[in-house]
Parts: sequence; structure tokens; C-alpha cells
Amino acid sequence: MLRHLHKFPGLLAVLLVSALALSGSVLSLLPALDRAGAVAASGAQISVADLAGRIAVDYPGVEQIRRTASGKVIAFYFENGRPAAVVVDPVSGQPLSEYAPSGFERWVTNLHRSLFLGDGGRIVAGGGALAMLVLALSGLQMTARRMGGWRHLFDRARGTGAQRLHVQFGRLAFAGLVLSSVTALYMSLATFELIPDGMSKPLAPPTEVNGGKPLPVDQIAALQGIDLDQLRELTFPYEGDATDVYAIKAATGEGVIDQATGRMLAWQDHGIARQVHELIYMLHTGQGLWWLGLMLGLSALSVPVMGATGAVVWWTRRRARPGIAGNCAAQAADTVILVGSEGGSTWGFARTLHEALTAAGHKVHTAPMDSLLTSYSAAERMFLLTATYGDGAAPATAGSFLKRLEAVRTSPAFPVAILGFGDRQFPKFCQFTQDVEEALAGKGWASLMPLETIDRQSAQEFARWGEALSRAMGEDLALVHTAVRPQSHTLTLISRSDYGSEVQAPTSVFRFAVPESSLAARLMGRAWPRFAAGDLVGILPPDSILPRYYSLASSTRDGFIEICVRKHPGGLCSSHLHGLQPGDTIEAFVKANPGFRPARGSRPVVLIGAGTGVGPLAGFIRANSAGRPMHLYFGGRNPFSDFLYRREIDGWLKDRRLTSLTTAFSRVKGGTYVQDRLRKDADHLRAMIADGAQIMVCGGREMAAGVMGALAEVLAPAGLTPIALKAQGRYVEDVY
Amino acid sequence: MKSLLATLALTTALTIPGLAMARPVTLTTTLNAYGGDGAYLALYVTDAAGAYKGTLWMAGGKSKYYSHLSDWSRGSAGDFSEISGITGASVGAGRSLKITLDLADALFDAGYELHIDAAVEDMRDSPSEVVAPLTSGGAGQAISGRRYIQSFTYDM
Ligand SMILES: Cc1cc2nc3c(=O)[nH]c(=O)nc-3n(C[C@H](O)[C@H](O)[C@H](O)COP(=O)(O)OP(=O)(O)OC[C@H]3O[C@@H](n4cnc5c(N)ncnc54)[C@H](O)[C@@H]3O)c2cc1C
Ligand SMILES: Cc1cc2nc3c(=O)[nH]c(=O)nc-3n(C[C@H](O)[C@H](O)[C@H](O)COP(=O)(O)O)c2cc1C
Repeated sequence: MLRHLHKFPGLLAVLLVSALALSGSVLSLLPALDRAGAVAASGAQISVADLAGRIAVDYPGVEQIRRTASGKVIAFYFENGRPAAVVVDPVSGQPLSEYAPSGFERWVTNLHRSLFLGDGGRIVAGGGALAMLVLALSGLQMTARRMGGWRHLFDRARGTGAQRLHVQFGRLAFAGLVLSSVTALYMSLATFELIPDGMSKPLAPPTEVNGGKPLPVDQIAALQGIDLDQLRELTFPYEGDATDVYAIKAATGEGVIDQATGRMLAWQDHGIARQVHELIYMLHTGQGLWWLGLMLGLSALSVPVMGATGAVVWWTRRRARPGIAGNCAAQAADTVILVGSEGGSTWGFARTLHEALTAAGHKVHTAPMDSLLTSYSAAERMFLLTATYGDGAAPATAGSFLKRLEAVRTSPAFPVAILGFGDRQFPKFCQFTQDVEEALAGKGWASLMPLETIDRQSAQEFARWGEALSRAMGEDLALVHTAVRPQSHTLTLISRSDYGSEVQAPTSVFRFAVPESSLAARLMGRAWPRFAAGDLVGILPPDSILPRYYSLASSTRDGFIEICVRKHPGGLCSSHLHGLQPGDTIEAFVKANPGFRPARGSRPVVLIGAGTGVGPLAGFIRANSAGRPMHLYFGGRNPFSDFLYRREIDGWLKDRRLTSLTTAFSRVKGGTYVQDRLRKDADHLRAMIADGAQIMVCGGREMAAGVMGALAEVLAPAGLTPIALKAQGRYVEDVY
Repeated sequence: MKSLLATLALTTALTIPGLAMARPVTLTTTLNAYGGDGAYLALYVTDAAGAYKGTLWMAGGKSKYYSHLSDWSRGSAGDFSEISGITGASVGAGRSLKITLDLADALFDAGYELHIDAAVEDMRDSPSEVVAPLTSGGAGQAISGRRYIQSFTYDM
């Protein structure tokens, strides 16, 4: 609902709202420019009579004096039968420059309020303001939900680049956009006289004009009593018409003055409606409040950015949610797949599963989790594939799943398999999936296979789950999920160093040359991109369309592409890599992994890795020429066999790129694991954490789980948890 | 060229459609290129004593701006009911407004004057920018305004 409220006005009005916002940004500069060009009245108290008197000396034909919101004083006068206008110094009354209203300003103003289409355009522009308001309010609420509640509103934005930009700009611009659109709506309504703007009807013509000899303007008592900064407009009587009057408009009201007696003949205070109107006018235009104008203008600049990123988010989600071909009716299906997704990627996995099961002869029904029914008469098994959002909450298509589940009275006869999609960078990894599992277990639903989790849409993990599923079902299912894959490049091996074969853990460090790209490829964005240690390189083994990912141990600056690969028995890609000799080539591409980077700054970094997990950590150390404190905990089997990067690490300790090294080897006498070392070092670690240190963990799942357990113990006395550090981005993992 | 034919069924005492004591008069107001938004124009008649008698035409639709036509609004005392049915769009810079209506014979050669008040957003108000004595001899003679109106003529 909320999303539709955001999506439809967004898509429909993106161009309109952008045009209004951009023209508004241009206009927002004017009050500041106007102010910069205005001469301040230097605090001196000057009365309207003083100023008018001074102007009248130079311009005997003066007809009207106006003071703009920024304090500029303009005198309109008549000379040789031609009207003219001049900007004058508010203190001396001396002319400063000719006054020529800007045609450009008028053009932009007309674009901004009516798109050059008169009243019809004004209505459209008012609709644009309403769309903007709806977008801002619904957007803020969606952001809060996405971030895991209002408390987390200003946490680090997550998601794809477009999603992050959309959220970041949205949060910054929210206040400005709401103020701009609410005031715009008010002004639209006032223009069409749907709400009063308090503009007074003209004062009735004065009856008792004295008609005597006019006083010089500087001796008009009523004008002497009005301060210059109260002045809006003073209109002089017609020359030679003794019955005419001075008309004054001031901040608080307006009146007419007898030119012979200098007395105020009639005065009318501005009503409350007028004051409200003036306030809102000022808040919208920034006229008289130039800094606010600039801030509103800046906020408005974000609108086109948000329009573009919003469209990208919408399009990606749309593309990611595929139409399910051959979807069976719910009551006819033997297999039911329910999907919980927000960004749409889980739908892609669901389709792969749907197609594989259909190919195997099953009748499959795939639907959002929110459309859970109380019974599926023909079902033999059910799959729940769901992502997690917010701070461990349900994604968009599963918001009411748990409630609907309550309504299911009788547990079904068929078993359920649950697959969670999440991201280990989040403190509550696949939390919603676990909540779903608990709820089902609580209701006594049978389980087809244990809950599995997929980190960052890993097609590899999904394929592995598919193998387990094949075993559980006793059928041969191949789950090859191919997300849109970037263009690959051919990499040539330069060198390799081999470790670990003595301890049954053959592991090699492979170094490839960075591929040269033609200028054309670079311009087309097809070149090998810039990369940093911690990013991933996807490698396509021959005879497979499923890329395998490896963590990069080098950066663009190093001039080579380095990865650290352990050979899996029977492993397609790892075996292929281990068979490579210098000069051989592979197909590869880069996948950015910005979540796994040392935080900026000079705080200490604690690097924890086992086996190939040391690869990206070595890359971080190699890049640490600034010598910030870096402490490495390395786990292996035997120091003489699989101590990866041993020689380099010695060198880095000497040149202070690495501050300290702690090793743990498991296959030696009195063997230990890294987690044991962490427990031993508890005091030191707590001190570093107190100093703002960041912890980075890389390697296998088991090791990562062991490390998290050990650190939980280490941190407890300090009243901290790894989860809390994760939420601050101070505990990051790259786990596979 | 903006041409408006006023097929007026007016209640105003000044225009007496279809009667023998009236004649069709075409009023042409041409604006100069003053470089601003469309002008609001009020065309109205005063008597020999300068007292407001009635409105012939109002160019400009938003009554909230009528106070800028200050002579007109003083004269008419802001009575907008009087102009219902004789209101048209504002007139752009450089454009012309042409209206034809039946004016009573009695208005001519009797000291009556036709006034035009003009107002443009963010520019100087221009009340009684044109004051044209209504005489049989004055027909067809262009009068120039002071600010926004390049010329005004009435033809019978
Ligand atoms: C984000 C990420 C980063 C990675 N970084 C590295 C790295 O730096 N160095 C590195 O050596 N590997 C890394 N991996 C693992 C790597 O991508 C491959 O999974 C691994 O090399 C095995 O691929 P394969 O083609 O040789 O095996 P496959 O032919 O795909 O599989 C062969 C058998 O091994 C099992 N298997 C595959 N992978 C695993 C696993 N991770 N755990 C348990 N069983 C498994 C399969 O189920 C199958 O039975 C990373 C994985 C991910 C997702
Ligand atoms: C704003 C946001 C919040 C997220 N919160 C969590 C979380 O708390 N736990 C988790 O495991 N994954 C979290 N994720 C990761 C998603 O669950 C994961 O990327 C999933 O694969 C997305 O699937 P979808 O594209 O079908 O929505 C979050 C992602 C985003 C963008």
C-alpha cells in the first residue's frame, strides 16, 4: 500500500516534480543574490518620511517607493513623460543603479508556477506539489520501515547503489521538500481563492480630504512615524490633484494619508490571514529569509536525483520479479512455493526452483507469502523462500505472513522447507526466516529439510541447497540460478605460489595480470573496473554458467589481480584453477563488495582469518602504507605447510604495515584455533575495541561462527556484543 | 491580435443593447512590449464631475489582483458583481484587446471620460493610464498611455 502510494505519484509525476524542483532551485538563489546586491540600512533608524524626502530631491517626479523583502529600495518616477525606476541607497536616497526587472527571473517564475500554461498549468503545478508531499511522507515512512524502525532512520543506508542514493538524498532533503510542498499547496489554494490570503479590499475613498497646500513629503507626520524597515510601498498623490492622498502599505497594515495635513486619514491593520499568507510566502520563496531559500533550493536539487534513482530501483525490482511461466492453481499444485521479497531478487530464485520442479514433472504453484491459504488440498510439499528486511523484519511480500499463519488451524500433512535470503553484514542475519521457522515449529508443522541461509544472493549456495534438496526428495534437481551477469574478461595467470598439500589442504595464491582495455571499451564502461582488496572476482569455470566468487587480495594500485583458492575435492572451479600454469587464461569479472573494507580513519583494525580467508586481509595490510595499527590473527593447519603469505607477512611486520601477528595452527602438537587465541588475548582486544577498533573476519562459515562465539565472550565484560558492533559497521564478515 | 466581440447582455446602464439610442463602438487597446506578465486592464467611464459611472470591460480573471487597479477599485468600491459577464483574460505585452459593445448615445459629447487602469505583476500599478474624453470627434484618434498602453482608440 505504502509502496503504491510512493510508486504511482513517483512514476507519473517524476518529470513534472523535477521541473518544478529545478526551477525552484534557480529561484531560490534570487533572494540571496538580491540581498547581496542590497545596501544594508546600517542599523540607522530612518523613517519613511526621511527617505521619501531624500528621494524626492533627486527625483521630483517620484510616484512610488517600494522596499523589497531583502531590503532593496526602488523608486518609480516619471521623467519627460516616460516612466522609469531606480534602485536607491536606503540611507542617503542616492541612486545606485537603474532598476530593470529580470526577464529571466520572470521566465523561470512562470515555468515554476504555471509551466507557461496559465491557470491550467497552475493546477498542474499544484498537483505536482501534492505529489511531492505524498512522495516525501510515504518515502520517509518506507525508509523507517526499511531501516528497521524510526530509531534507525539515520543508520547507514543499505542496498544497491541506487537504493542507497535514494535513501540518503531523501533523508537529507525531507524537511526542505515537505516545507516547500506544503507552502506551495497553500499558495496554489490561495491563488484560486480557495483559502483566504487576507489581501484587503481597497480602502474606501477618503471623504474629508483637506485639499490645502501639500506639505513636502519629509514633513508628513504620519510617514515620520513609520520606520523604513516597515515599508512595503508608498504611492505618492497625483501631481496637481489636491484631493489625492498618499497610500502606504506597511508590514502591519495599510492606510491613506492627507497630503496637506500629513495625518493618517484611514488605516487598516493586516488581519491574521494576511500575516499567515506573508509568512508562508516568505517560507516558500525565501524572500526575506535568504538562507532558508538556499536550503530549500538545495533540497529541491535532490529531486531529479531521487527521480532517477527511484526509477532505477523500480525498474530493477520489476525486472527481477519474473513472470512465473506455467503457474499452477493453488489447490491443484503438488508443490507450493511462497516468496518473501522486497527487492525482487528472491523471486528470481523462486522461479529457478519453480522451473526445476516443473521440469521434474511437478505441478508447482508460486505466490507471495502474504497470500498463504488455510489449506492446499493437493500439496505434497511447501517451500518458503524469504528475505529479511529492516532490523530483522519481514520483507514487503511477507508482512502479514505470520498473522495469516495464526489463522491456519490444522497443521498440514505435507512438510515444509525454508530457505532464508539475507546478508551477513546485518546484525540479524536471516532473522525473519528464523522467526518463520520458529512459528512453524510452534504449530507443529513438519520439516522437509533443515533451514538453510543464502548470503547475498549467492547462486553457489543456492546450488548447494539444491543438491541437498535433491537428496531429500530423492530426485535429481539442478538449481542453476543465473542472475544478470556482468561482461567477463579474459585474465592471464602471471604466477602462483602453492601451499598446504602436505596437510590435505592444497591452497594456492594466484596472480593474474590486469587486462588492458581499449579506450572504446573504457568509454563504454566495458573495461575491467577499478577494484580493491575485499571485492569479489567471479570466475566462470569451463562447462558451467554458474560463476564462483573469490575474495580479492589485491587492489588496482598493486597492478595485479590476486586471489587465494583452496582446492575442493571434486570442485569444478577450484580444481580448474589449481590446474592452471602461468600463461593460461580464465574468464572473470569483478563484483564490488563495499561492505567489506576497513573503515576510513586511523583507528586500529583487527583482522581475523583462517585458510584462504587471509587473502583479502593480506590485501588490506599491503595497502596500509600509512601504517595504521593492524593486528592479524591467522589460522592454519601447520606453519610449515599452509602458512599463506608467510614471507610477505614478515616483510609487512618489518615495515610496520602490520602491527602484530598472532597465529594458531591446528595440526601441530597442542594445536589451537584462532578463536582460542582471541580468548587468550581478551584484555588486549577489549582495549582496542574501547579505542574504536574495527573487526574484520574472513573465511569459512564454521570459523566465522567460532570467532563470533569467542568474541561474544571477550566483549561481554565490556557490556558489548558482536551484534552491537555489527550494527555500527565495526564488525564485518566475508564468509563462504 | 486578440479580438473579443462582446455580445453583451449587460445590466450596466451604459450599454443598451439593441436600442435605437445606442450604437456599436469598438474599443482597441494595444499594449507595448513592457517586458512583463500579462496586464490587468479595467475600462470604465466617469462623468463630467469625475465620478465613477460604470465598467465596460475587465481584462484579468483573479479578483484578488483588482485592488491594483486602484482608481477603478476606488470608484467601483470593489463591487465585483458589477463586472460579472464582462471579464476576460489578461492581455500580454505587445498584444491588443479589441472589444465591441453598444454604448448609449448619451455618453458622447457630454463630458464623459473613458479610463483605463492597468496593473502588471511585480511592476508599477498604473491607474488611469489612459483618460479619453468620449466625443464624436475623438473617434478613431489614437491616445497613448503612460506606461503599458501604446495606444487606445474607439471607433464608431
Ligand atoms: C563471497 C564468497 C567469497 C569466496 N571467497 C573464496 C576465496 O577467497 N577462496 C576460496 O578458495 N574460495 C572462496 N569462496 C568459495 C568459492 O567460491 C567456491 O565455492 C569454491 O572454490 C568451490 O567451488 P568449486 O567449483 O571448486 O566447487 P563446486 O564444483 O561448486 O562444488 C564441489 C563440491 O563442493 C561443495 N562446496 C562448494 N563450495 C563449498 C563451500 N564453500 N563449503 C562447503 N562445501 C562446498 C559443493 O557442495 C560440491 O559438493 C568464496 C565464496 C563466496 C560465496
Ligand atoms: C534495507 C535493507 C535491510 C536489510 N536487512 C537485513 C537483515 O536484517 N538481515 C538480513 O539477513 N538481511 C537483510 N537484508 C538483506 C536482504 O535480505 C538480502 O539482500 C535479500 O537477498 C534481498 O532479497 P529480495 O531482493 O528478494 O528482497 C537487508 C537489505 C536491505 C536493503
